[in-house]
Amino acid sequence: METLWFIVVTLMLAIFIVLDGFDFGVGMVYPFVVRTEADRRTVLASIGPLWNANEVWLIAAGAVLFFAYPKAYAAGFSGFYLALILVLWLLIFRGLALELRSQVDHVLWKQAWDTAFTTASLLLAFVFGAALGNLIRGVPLNRDGYFFVPFWTDFQPGPEPGILDWFTVLLGLTTVSILAFHGANYLAMKTEGALYKRAVSTAWVMGRVSAGCTVLTVTAVPFVQPSLRLNFAGHPMEYLVPFSGIFALGSSLYLRQRQRDTAAFLSSSAFILLMLASVMFGMYPYILVSTTDPALSLTVFNAATDSYGLTAGFAWFGVGFLLVVAYQSYVYSLFSGKPRSDDAH
Amino acid sequence: MTSALLYDRLQFAFTATFHYLFPQLTMGLAFLLFYLRSRALVTDDEHYQQVSDFWTRIFALNFGFGVVTGIPLEFQFGTNWARFSNFAGGVIGQTLAMEGVFAFFLESSFLGILLFRKRFSRRMQWFAALILFVGSWLSGYFILATNAWMQHPVAYQVGDDGRVFVNSLTGLLTNPWLFWQFAHNMTAAVVTASCVIAAVGAYYLLSGLYLSHAKTFLRTGVVAGAIASALMIFPTGHGNAKQVFEHQPVKGAAFEGLFTTERGAGLYLVGQPNLETMTIDNPIEIPNALSFLVYKDLYAKVKGLDAFPRDEWPDNLPLLYYAYHIMAGLGTILAAILGLALFSLWHGRLFNMKWLLWLVMLSAPFPYIATSAGWMTAELGRQPWLVYGLLRTAHGTSPLVHSGNALFTLIGFLGLYLLLGLLFVFLLGKTIQHGPGSISSQAPYTA
Repeated sequence: METLWFIVVTLMLAIFIVLDGFDFGVGMVYPFVVRTEADRRTVLASIGPLWNANEVWLIAAGAVLFFAYPKAYAAGFSGFYLALILVLWLLIFRGLALELRSQVDHVLWKQAWDTAFTTASLLLAFVFGAALGNLIRGVPLNRDGYFFVPFWTDFQPGPEPGILDWFTVLLGLTTVSILAFHGANYLAMKTEGALYKRAVSTAWVMGRVSAGCTVLTVTAVPFVQPSLRLNFAGHPMEYLVPFSGIFALGSSLYLRQRQRDTAAFLSSSAFILLMLASVMFGMYPYILVSTTDPALSLTVFNAATDSYGLTAGFAWFGVGFLLVVAYQSYVYSLFSGKPRSDDAH
Repeated sequence: MTSALLYDRLQFAFTATFHYLFPQLTMGLAFLLFYLRSRALVTDDEHYQQVSDFWTRIFALNFGFGVVTGIPLEFQFGTNWARFSNFAGGVIGQTLAMEGVFAFFLESSFLGILLFRKRFSRRMQWFAALILFVGSWLSGYFILATNAWMQHPVAYQVGDDGRVFVNSLTGLLTNPWLFWQFAHNMTAAVVTASCVIAAVGAYYLLSGLYLSHAKTFLRTGVVAGAIASALMIFPTGHGNAKQVFEHQPVKGAAFEGLFTTERGAGLYLVGQPNLETMTIDNPIEIPNALSFLVYKDLYAKVKGLDAFPRDEWPDNLPLLYYAYHIMAGLGTILAAILGLALFSLWHGRLFNMKWLLWLVMLSAPFPYIATSAGWMTAELGRQPWLVYGLLRTAHGTSPLVHSGNALFTLIGFLGLYLLLGLLFVFLLGKTIQHGPGSISSQAPYTA
């Protein structure tokens, strides 16, 4: 049961990165693909009715982590205090930008919110990547199961690391490039004409950048966190997951070049899912690895709530999850197709 | 109180109070919008369609601010209250996760349909309004279930390591405390929305603008508001107060300002608690009223603060006392204004009574003040406990988040929310100035 909830939480986070990831990506490539106000409205209308529900995957994943692994939730959220409050402020700005831009018809108002949208999307993608880097690298947990990391110390992933070191910065940049590629793929699916051409060329550039970053990251991981490699060495079949992830990235680039827009987007989605699944396989059963003493690490077993909570939770969660998937797919189908610039609310 | 604890408390109190300004209107308005959209659908009347569209614009604006200010609250359980999260996550994590899975997804998925409503038929818009009504009330239910457990812990067991775990989900969701709390809170939300609708109606009518819309706003707001404000006092307010005296007698004694145990205790309408002398200055008191309200007996004994050890008293008595009296006082004034307006409406005179329309217009902030004060009563009165009787607030903070970090983020939230507040007021004013029955209602419906 402890393992099952680990899969649920990582699955929810992966869905969050794939879904909200494309609207973060749209935010990052936004200034590079739009030229006119009509372009801007088309791009914003392509994510307008969907981004909010995408973001709820993060909130819901956080809440599920809270109830299934209270100890890990308490340690992680207080330990990354500054980064999480920063995430909150950025999420506020990004949400406001998307909701408020259309409310006032003034060029400065629109420019201000456009800038807020792009900046917040970029920084959030970077912080989420760096957060993943922190989970892989580990944190200095103490005997009571708590830690606190400042933004940076000496930029080295040693026993007393900061949130930012060379490794987590690399993962942040990799995430930025992957989500920019993913978002541009989404836009290519949702636009036509000159806007489509610019989305495609942006996707092509970001696709190659993200391939390069991915290679660097995959090479760096075993040096920073050797236990990840041990997990894979123990179960060689699991190597299939990262390898099919790399394959998905390759096919996404290939399909991008062939102008197969939907297939390219689905491939970049699969790439993100498979890479996150690889991290999950590598990390299991650790949720938070200790950099000071391995025995202090928080695992799915020592951080979980008791078995009644986990079992009873599964009954309602199963029903709720299926419902969400059903009606979210329905709402997506309502907004399928290419939006028009006069679709804004 | 260490400074980190103080900043943690101030930050949560501030972000939660600011946040709740938005969902109280969202929940009340969702209920009334569903009514208005049903009317638009059944009568096929362009007038009700315009009224619905106008309030949908305000609903969407308000909802957006509610979403962005709501996310920090869930995060702060972990960031600032880590030991509490670790202690109680096995219980309240359940209700918070249910809120995410059953309510947030529902609301956020269907809000897009209302935002981009030009693409959809009236039936679809009605359906989205229904879903938002259900979603926002479910959200309120799960959050209040969480709070009810902190006020009155049930359905839990203590584990070997001293943490608590849920042992009955149904017990958690049917916490007896929750019944009155939910009823009181939701009627108050309907009062807020009704007052805002009626106030905008009064503003238009007094300004001679959008007269037919203004009259619909006033009729809807006054009727719903009068009924809801009466229910807010009795039975829901009364029910809440009674369960406080039953289960949290020290809170009850503190918010009534009852320093000494008395037979035939009176009810203070006015007065200032004096902590030096342990008396109320300038009292205006209804003799025996408190004994009667709590026990239906004019001479029943009501426990005063002196019946409890000092370290179990709420730690900010004067603020708690004022919060309670502001809530109860403003609630009563509101019920009187709305009752009078309903009476005048009944006799067909409301639309010509300038002074009463002014009163209705200016009373729009009252429900916001009353609900904020009501939450302060509930939460300050719970002190010094974070989970009543189980975990003290001082033992719930994050052990390694020092006061410098907590103060930094507190200042950040103050500045950011000041900006948010200004933006909201500006955009709300703009929407009201823009008025109903333009742009969106002239656009063709595509479906």
